[in-house]
Amino acid sequence: MTTIGERTPLIDGPDKVAGKAAYTADLALGDSLAGRILRSAVSHAELISVDTTAALALPGVRAVITGADCDVPFGVLPIAQNEFPLARDRVRYRGEPIAAVAAVDERTAAEALALIKVELRELPAYDDADAARAPGATVLHAERPGNIEREASFELGDTAAGFAAAVLVREETFENAEVNQVHMEPNATLAAWDAERERLTVHTCTQVPFYVHLMIGRCLGLDEANIRVVKPHVGGGFGARTETFGFEIIAALLARASEGRVRLVLSREETFLCHRGRPQTTTRMKIGLRADGRITAVECDTVQRGGAYSGYGIVSILYAGSLLYALYDMPAAKYHGLRVLTNTPPCGAMRGHGTVNVRFAFETLLDAMAEDMGLDPFAVRRANLLRKLGLTDNDLLVASYGLPQCLDWVERASGWRHKHGKLAPGRGIGMACSHYVSGAAKPVHWTGEPHATVHVKLDWDGAVTVLTGAAEIGQGSSTMVAQCVAEVLALDMSRLRIVAADSAVTPKDNGSYSSRVTFMVGNAAIDAAKNLRQILVEAAAKQLEAAPEEIECLGETYRVAGSQDPGLAYREIVQAALAEHGTITVTGNFSTPKEAQGGKKYRGAAIGSTMGFSYAAQAVEVSVDPVTAQVTVEKVWVAHDCGRALNPLAVEGQVQGSVWMGMGQALSEENQYIQGLPVHANLIDYRVPTIVESPDIEVEIVESIDPNGPFGAKEAGEGSLSGFLPALASAIDDAVGYRPTECPMTPDRIFTALAKQARNASAEAAE
Amino acid sequence: MTMKSILALTVNGRGREDAVADNMLLYDYLRETVGATGTKMGCDGGECGACTVLVDDSPRFSCITLARDCAGRRVDTIESLAQDGRLSPIQRGFHEALGAQCGYCTPGMIMASEGLLRRNADPSDDEIRAALASNICRCTGYVKIIEAVRRAAAETV
Repeated sequence: MTTIGERTPLIDGPDKVAGKAAYTADLALGDSLAGRILRSAVSHAELISVDTTAALALPGVRAVITGADCDVPFGVLPIAQNEFPLARDRVRYRGEPIAAVAAVDERTAAEALALIKVELRELPAYDDADAARAPGATVLHAERPGNIEREASFELGDTAAGFAAAVLVREETFENAEVNQVHMEPNATLAAWDAERERLTVHTCTQVPFYVHLMIGRCLGLDEANIRVVKPHVGGGFGARTETFGFEIIAALLARASEGRVRLVLSREETFLCHRGRPQTTTRMKIGLRADGRITAVECDTVQRGGAYSGYGIVSILYAGSLLYALYDMPAAKYHGLRVLTNTPPCGAMRGHGTVNVRFAFETLLDAMAEDMGLDPFAVRRANLLRKLGLTDNDLLVASYGLPQCLDWVERASGWRHKHGKLAPGRGIGMACSHYVSGAAKPVHWTGEPHATVHVKLDWDGAVTVLTGAAEIGQGSSTMVAQCVAEVLALDMSRLRIVAADSAVTPKDNGSYSSRVTFMVGNAAIDAAKNLRQILVEAAAKQLEAAPEEIECLGETYRVAGSQDPGLAYREIVQAALAEHGTITVTGNFSTPKEAQGGKKYRGAAIGSTMGFSYAAQAVEVSVDPVTAQVTVEKVWVAHDCGRALNPLAVEGQVQGSVWMGMGQALSEENQYIQGLPVHANLIDYRVPTIVESPDIEVEIVESIDPNGPFGAKEAGEGSLSGFLPALASAIDDAVGYRPTECPMTPDRIFTALAKQARNASAEAAE
Repeated sequence: MTMKSILALTVNGRGREDAVADNMLLYDYLRETVGATGTKMGCDGGECGACTVLVDDSPRFSCITLARDCAGRRVDTIESLAQDGRLSPIQRGFHEALGAQCGYCTPGMIMASEGLLRRNADPSDDEIRAALASNICRCTGYVKIIEAVRRAAAETV
């Protein structure tokens, strides 16, 4: 019996395709109070007064709350909590919550919002990072002078000497527009207050139920033991739902204020306003190369427009620097990053957190320099492969490295050698590499507890119930946990039941972020299953009058290894074990060792530390319309090193989804603000690619078998995203001789650049 | 006060008569009056396709369709497809080919695919793309969705 490596459809798949899977907005429909939020209509203002008298007097209104109802700030990083669920003295972005209403129905709630009187005194507002950090700009937060959330920097190795030793040094500036996760399920929370017992139950669309639990306890001043957080089915997250949102706390505040159950379902526009996507970024990249294409030095300077609150900002700007490492051999690197506070919705941790825009700049410049030097793009990557496993110069642990095999497959499968530089005019092919962490080795809420804990219960019916706090958000975490347990116990998956993410019954989990679940929770699940197997083996040994080491576990049978004896059936062994212990619950843990938790060579060097890096290479073939400059992606070939594919079907799905999300950012997606007003906040103006413009994405799984991963596995859901952007720029260059430096590469941008290029060429010809 | 009328129609094979406000959306009628919450809303109206249902076998966005405009018609939602608790071919295709990850766009995606297969039992990839052009999925990159529809078509042809 083996489940590892088998193409396994998701265990919750039947519920999803049958329409039975319940998401937050499907719960307690029609039997709850309706919650609504009043949002700021200006980008930056002092909040003078909020008058709720008329709203409270409206029949059917059960509660109206304002910033006066909660004076405790929240935020994902314990060192940077400066956001209130409802604005108190100041509003800092257009759309920030000011007040909220619970009423008998949606219409009454909407009417009540219109009766709330808000008095504001407008302040200068900045939707541009340069304006926000210009001298004399109004400061958003008193404790953040100059509107700088964090300035990060390091220099490792001698970059000046590196650039001096190079035969070619180039420097280029790259722009990336702000993008949003656009998880298909709009944000929603159901919060129920039990007035008799003073207890709160919250169902919400989160990636980290533990953070929601923590933040609601904090902001409502409740004993955490009186809060239950349940994660129903969640319609995607892609990082947005890692942080606790203000609306989740608002729903809890409304439930307590109204002494009832409040259903707060946000519109798509409001979901865009909650944001927590990838910031607009300007990146200056400088690379030095030797004649053989080897990198001598790298210098990177990046500025992120972070939005109005701290959120994940410090971590994002540190990731952008630290993950310059661990993909290629870099003798020297210098980094400077600025995270700027602006009057726009707060950015957050979007898939490929911190790395994507810097990787776009790095790979695009490296590729351009290879072209300058007449080197093949594959050759220049191969020249810079890591020379050894172990710690990078910034102390990140690389324990397995399948990038060489990824390159080989992509080059072969894409037909690179007879395509690159050889396709018909208007058609081209490009490539790039990328990587990502398999879980942050040190969680931001460091408590000293194991990084992941899983419980497994075995009862008289023979069913194995796995209890995990890991948040299934569509990535297949519950299926992965089931596979790990089934594999160790050699049982069919049908013997298993998974109970996930209900704080009343499942152990705490650090959540679904930084691609940690397979690595951390998978290892904890294996540990738990081994502990259970040991109990069963000991029971079998007693029954079979043998030593435990002699017992062979075949799942449905336990027997003395090598004997002709048929052994005993699983159910008999279960009964024997239960006779001794009663119903059995075992715990499995996983902790990251200290050597994987990053170094101290610069401030914030622990960010980026992980037990295992995934690696990916991809080639993208495009055509560019000569009249409209519309770029069409014809096909993508991507190889991803995920250590071992526990479930090849799910790995393919994750890799395709990542590459495609990279395509959206590269081709068409963009958040735009005009004087703070979001003009993209719907699915027509924010252009998520449809099935019509989405290409075939052929996936090759490379298995480097990581020494520390569960059955050798590493992450699969983020690492191949960032490679798409530079691969597309490279392909466009191959097609039309112009290499974009700005994302998204929309027809207007490409058209303008091509027209300018044509004008320059004709001017030169005329001279 | 909004006017209410008696709406007579067939939902998932069963005849119904309900007093329904004239401005009630089909989406709200299905979820609140009928109690079929499988149909989802992913946008603020007509942008994402998550709410797609079949009206007389044709895909319609239930979020921009008035319930009363379905008088005398057959409305089929995701809940109608499984027979005796068994997944239908298109549902099985989406499950086994991993055409659903988070599952939120899935009911609409499946109903749009079902509408396609009812009028074209053996669609080409381009025909699949055209039929699903109004349905946004954020998880799969659509590759396995096309595979799912192909798989269902192969099972039924």
